[in-house]
Amino acid sequence: MLHFILKRLFLAILVAGTVSFISFSLMFLSGDPAAALAGETASGEDVEAIRVLYGFDRPMLVQYAEWLGAAVTGDFGESYYFKLPVASLIAERLSVTMILGVCGISFSLLTAVPLGVIAAMRPNSLIDRAALFLSVAGQAMPSFWFGLILIVVFSIKLGWLPASGTSGWPNFVMPTIVLGYYAMPAIMRLTRAGMLDVLSSDYIRTARAKGASETRVLFKHALRNAIIPVVSLAAVQMGFMLGGSIVVESVFALHGAGYLAWESIGRNDLPTVQALILIFSMFYIVFTFLSDVLNAWLDPRMRSS
Amino acid sequence: MTGSFLKTTIAATVLLAAAGSASADKASDTVNVAFTKELENVDSYFNSSREGVVLQRAVWDGLIYRDPDTNEYKGNLATAWEWIDDTTLEFKLREGVTFHNGEPFNADDVVFTVNYVADEANGVKTQRNVNWMKSAEKIDDYTVRIHLKNAFPAAIEFLSGPVSMYPDEYYAEAGPSGMGLKPVGTGPYKVTEVVPGQHFVLEANEAYHDSPKGKPTIKNIDIRTIPDVNTQMAELFSGSLDLIWQVPADLAERLSAMEQFTVANESTMRVGYLVMDAAGRSDPETPFKDIRVRQAVNHAIDRETLVSALLKGKSQVVWTPCFPSQFGCDQDVTQYDYNPEKAKELLAEAGYPDGFTTDFYAYRNRDYAEAITLYLNAVGIKTNFKMLQYSALRELNMKGEVPITFQTWGSYSINDASAMVSQFFKHGALDASRDDVVLADLDIADSATDPKVREEYYSKAIKRIADEAYWAPMFSYNTNYVFKDEIGYTPTPDEVLRFTTMTWN
Repeated sequence: MLHFILKRLFLAILVAGTVSFISFSLMFLSGDPAAALAGETASGEDVEAIRVLYGFDRPMLVQYAEWLGAAVTGDFGESYYFKLPVASLIAERLSVTMILGVCGISFSLLTAVPLGVIAAMRPNSLIDRAALFLSVAGQAMPSFWFGLILIVVFSIKLGWLPASGTSGWPNFVMPTIVLGYYAMPAIMRLTRAGMLDVLSSDYIRTARAKGASETRVLFKHALRNAIIPVVSLAAVQMGFMLGGSIVVESVFALHGAGYLAWESIGRNDLPTVQALILIFSMFYIVFTFLSDVLNAWLDPRMRSS
Repeated sequence: MTGSFLKTTIAATVLLAAAGSASADKASDTVNVAFTKELENVDSYFNSSREGVVLQRAVWDGLIYRDPDTNEYKGNLATAWEWIDDTTLEFKLREGVTFHNGEPFNADDVVFTVNYVADEANGVKTQRNVNWMKSAEKIDDYTVRIHLKNAFPAAIEFLSGPVSMYPDEYYAEAGPSGMGLKPVGTGPYKVTEVVPGQHFVLEANEAYHDSPKGKPTIKNIDIRTIPDVNTQMAELFSGSLDLIWQVPADLAERLSAMEQFTVANESTMRVGYLVMDAAGRSDPETPFKDIRVRQAVNHAIDRETLVSALLKGKSQVVWTPCFPSQFGCDQDVTQYDYNPEKAKELLAEAGYPDGFTTDFYAYRNRDYAEAITLYLNAVGIKTNFKMLQYSALRELNMKGEVPITFQTWGSYSINDASAMVSQFFKHGALDASRDDVVLADLDIADSATDPKVREEYYSKAIKRIADEAYWAPMFSYNTNYVFKDEIGYTPTPDEVLRFTTMTWN
């Protein structure tokens, strides 16, 4: 097991390193970082001064090697834009995104899995159709639209929830629903399909023939097997939520890491973008690893493979 | 972007759904304001955004103040000033002024500030605002001289704008990052809370001196960063915001029709224009080397329609490579009426009877840029439309690889033609025409101390630029301010949100 973990860890570092190198190169191709830093009002002389000041006149590989060397020690440098250490800047923003991501995926799982199970139990029933409608609506509706509709109803009309900001838990209710609803359809449909598949299998028929209760059949025999691909999907969705909650963070002015990444790319704030890419890719890798472990626990056959 | 059709439609839905629920925060004497953009650093020398300018004017003072209505220069931290020679300005400083931390203001502060910001090694973000100063010298506690590198008549204008006075003792210790987190100035408002990128709280400076900015009447200003304009409007309707600005024209129009808020519109110094590669940097064979092609471009575009249909408000058609109110920006120049037939004739004369195809670049206001390309297409100039990030386009521009581009320039709100025309026509990396005659005229205008000489030579340069049709100037921009009826506020053309002039109705 230790060998397995070490092997995965080595791969994780390799993947993160590759991702960061590619993104580093792409950032340099996307435009002159000195011009972006200098801003719209700067003259040519300002841009040249900044180019020398930040060392953009040196070869890209040298700049990357320097950055990587410091990043390994946890020093991500100073944000060009905010003039603050990137590590503390990200720590502050990441907490918002983490709360949002965990709440979002919890909301998705807590609504999608039961709905998927119920829909599979009664295929083509009213509840099945309603669940499929919800799923289609969730995928078709842009997040910013849904967010604004919630704001109109709950902030403006009813006055129950704050429209934006991060001052307390009520601020996270609507963003959680929007983000969670975005991930929900895929999870629900996968649960439903998995359950339908499993429920028609021989061993379920056998279990029923042996007189097992319907609850036991559903949860002990069917769901445990049907949920395996859902775990993998949820891990990917969680990774997506951390990096891709840009729209939700923007609409609700949450100032999280996703929005920071988006804005930092536009500003060519290289140290911030690089650190965020590295951290997000690490999250993806960790979640994938955790989902593998969880799947191995759910399905003993996977342990031997 | 905020101007997209879909978002606008949604915003309109929000407007309709939200009608009738606003309430003001007059009771707590607080105006809640939204900024769209995250401010990198409150320290005014280390940001280059419009939001930074707004905070700079609220928290700090300059030696001089320009009345935004009359454009008259008045003493602020200085009570009097005079030119000793072409490169030396002497100031008598106001006595009895203290910074927000209690530090008294005197000549040492001016000397420290000027010497600090003028030193390139300290990395002030917008070098042009400060790099004309060489050093400062203390004559006595309340008399100081600023030495310029070269003759620079626009010095007074710059000293009335971006050059703020900082407390020497505090700044020496805190530096830009400390000043960014705990700003200290002499201005009408002091900063009581800073959460970088998210939130600023200002409180009226009770001990504010007798400045031409005026004493604030509203006690607290709470500024939050809310990137999405639709969310800003939702907050305005739900009562947690009192004032938003830079509202897109179509939304402002709808809000105005609802008669629930005050919608004020004011022009800004930002000018939109097309730059054509008259020098042939992008391609020695480029059609834009031919004056008839450049004139054709100028005749092809219906500027009046663009202004009335897209920009609206107080925007106006501009024919000069500078904003009309700027000193030296002579308006008596060649104007090219909208005449597509004439444009086609000129193109035919230039050897392009069937038109030609060109790359067309833009970096902001895609809707304006696309409308312009439609006019060009109509006379036969087919455009390969390329929308780029500002930094990427700027790089291409500096390398001279752009045949025609839609650009904008805001002159940092400096009311002097040098802030625009001299920026782009003095053979710098962004000069696409490289006309020696224009350069010579601008050199004289930029360094002469006699205002009449300056006016004469700016006029010559501007007239030649218009005659040669190096650019196709288009229009000036405007800003929409939307606020609750309880607030009294009149915006100014320099696009500075002035909290000191806000009142409760």
